[in-house]
Amino acid sequence: MKSLAELQALRDQMKANMGVRHDDTDNIRVVVGMATCGIAAGARPVLQAFTEEVSKRNLQNVTVAQTGCIGICQYEPVVEVYVPGKEKVTYVKMTADKVAKVVSDHLVNGNPVGEYTIGSMAK
Amino acid sequence: MYRSHVLVCGGTGCTSSGSAHIVEALETEIKKAGLENEVKVIKTGCFGLCALGPIMIIYPEGAFYSRVTPEDIPEVVAEHLVKGRIVTRLLYDETVHKDEILSLGETQFYKKQHRVALKNCGVIDPENINEYIAYDGYQALGKVLTEMTPADVIQLVKDSGLRGRGGAGFPTGLKWSFAAASENDQKYVCCNADEGDPGAFMDRSVLEGDPHVVIEAMAIAGYAIGANQGYIYVRAEYPIAVKRLQIAIGQAREAGLLGENILGTGFNFNLDLRLGAGAFVCGEETALMTSIEGHRGEPRPRPPFPAVKGLFGKPSVLNNVETYANIPQIILKGADWFRSMGTEKSPGTKVFALGGKIHNTGLVEVPMGTTLREIIEEIGGGIPNGKKFKAAQTGGPSGGCIPASHMDIKIDYDNLLEIGSMMGSGGMIVMDEDTCMVDIAKFFLEFTVDESCGKCVPCRIGTKRLYEILDRITKGKGEMEDIQRLKDLSKFIKENSLCGLGQTAPNPVLSTLHFFEDEYIAHIKDKTCPAGVCKDLLHYSIIAEKCKGCTLCARACPAGAISGELKNPHKIDPHKCVKCGACMEKCRFGAIVKK
Repeated sequence: MKSLAELQALRDQMKANMGVRHDDTDNIRVVVGMATCGIAAGARPVLQAFTEEVSKRNLQNVTVAQTGCIGICQYEPVVEVYVPGKEKVTYVKMTADKVAKVVSDHLVNGNPVGEYTIGSMAK
Repeated sequence: MYRSHVLVCGGTGCTSSGSAHIVEALETEIKKAGLENEVKVIKTGCFGLCALGPIMIIYPEGAFYSRVTPEDIPEVVAEHLVKGRIVTRLLYDETVHKDEILSLGETQFYKKQHRVALKNCGVIDPENINEYIAYDGYQALGKVLTEMTPADVIQLVKDSGLRGRGGAGFPTGLKWSFAAASENDQKYVCCNADEGDPGAFMDRSVLEGDPHVVIEAMAIAGYAIGANQGYIYVRAEYPIAVKRLQIAIGQAREAGLLGENILGTGFNFNLDLRLGAGAFVCGEETALMTSIEGHRGEPRPRPPFPAVKGLFGKPSVLNNVETYANIPQIILKGADWFRSMGTEKSPGTKVFALGGKIHNTGLVEVPMGTTLREIIEEIGGGIPNGKKFKAAQTGGPSGGCIPASHMDIKIDYDNLLEIGSMMGSGGMIVMDEDTCMVDIAKFFLEFTVDESCGKCVPCRIGTKRLYEILDRITKGKGEMEDIQRLKDLSKFIKENSLCGLGQTAPNPVLSTLHFFEDEYIAHIKDKTCPAGVCKDLLHYSIIAEKCKGCTLCARACPAGAISGELKNPHKIDPHKCVKCGACMEKCRFGAIVKK
């Protein structure tokens, strides 16, 4: 390292990797259903796509976590997005391809992707 | 990016309870589940709750698992890491509250703690400089080198009111200003990591959990006083700390944060390790420097103080590990922030190693001015087995005890000195009603007799004589005059010893005499030990009415001191009895008593 600026750049880059270690309740939480039904329906590639996309865009306020079965196994893989202060949004029949759009529209710009949600599926 | 971080404690406490096997098991199971690109396993420093080790914490959930065994790992991986279901049975029971899982900060043990020196312990991987940097590591050094003059740095440390955490509590800023004022072409910065008090392990935990903080602070001290070379004097009995320091120094050199022209500012600073062989006296500053120079670790008279004539005869600054651990944050957050914690004359926090008869043995960091009651009853979880608190020993062999009547004392440097103890480096040994205070004084004196370097007479011979008097009191051969002899001799040793070791060695005697003189008198006059500890004053006997004559005790006795016929009351021959207590443990009828 040759300068303080270089040190600070390294700090910011490293900080992004450490976000996971804070019990930060202000974070947006992306929760992927990972019970037997979810895993069988392909939840793992979805989860991986989320972590990749989140780190690619360096979104420090997003936590990606997994959870058990929420009881709508026919709609798996199910992903729930909790934005603090807002109603929970439930995405169903997710695939890795759909993830990029959810991240850019919903997590970054705050507009839930209506067509992927459980509401549009039930119609 | 990893979606989950598994932090396993790699401090000495958890390592000895098997945390290395936990890490191995985790790595195999995670690989088996195909999660190696999603989950990262990190070995950290001490979390503080050593009694519950091995400890493991999984983020982002922040689930705190205690007493984990390798057999638990397949379940943790399959349930928690694959399916996201927390394994409740392994959670630290204090975090489970009416179906809700509390965060660690809400538990009794952590609630009143305030982590400054231990900020990164249990949070970062001590063997990875990048994690330290992610938590603002080396930013303070950068700020000092680019924005502040050496005089600014010293003024800031002075303003913060930071006092030496090694025990004596000398103001750190003042110490630095003396060394800065000494004109010389070569100066040195040293770190005292020769932690020697029985039961104390604060400095070890900082070195193991956050070695870079010491390196950064020493470079800052070097800049402030005009030194380009530093030495860390660490005891060889701390192998994990030594290894992590070596790794940390290597990484800092590679990153250009040690060496020539640091951060392009033209400032040079190098750092080397020196291993001590474990002599207690080498924690004394002049003895420590003599030892670094390669001589036998013996103190020399002061003045000249090290700030004028220290290591290799050059002006030097020596601070304790915990003192250094506070420096970077003071630089970044300012003197007012530091002064907002603790008391007026002792700002900041203090780390204590809680040990002895207490529920939560481990490491705690609290603001100065916290009462002994809060530390013992709330954070420490009280005394186990329903026993009563008798006293707490602070300051190790140089300190004294605080009896139950002083439990509401606000702990800081001055208050402890006032009641005849001292802060010391922060060991705190809790004693219950089964502890004999004369025996405790004897224990510490035995330690100082062993550790006295022998250079000056008051310490070498005086402590030995003190020990002999105590020894004969515990054997029932004391006389009333011994109490005055103890007091006179103690005063003489304190006044005439060459260094801190001898000057403080009589403290355990004086303080137990002050608060528990009645126990000394009971040993001398009544020839009894009220706590039932001193073997020579104990008598075991069998209550004939309660004895069923089962012969269990007679068979357990290693000395053949118990005789009697089956189904008839037995007897103990006091001349043969070795007072081991084996009979009492075996007796099912409570027929054996000790007095």
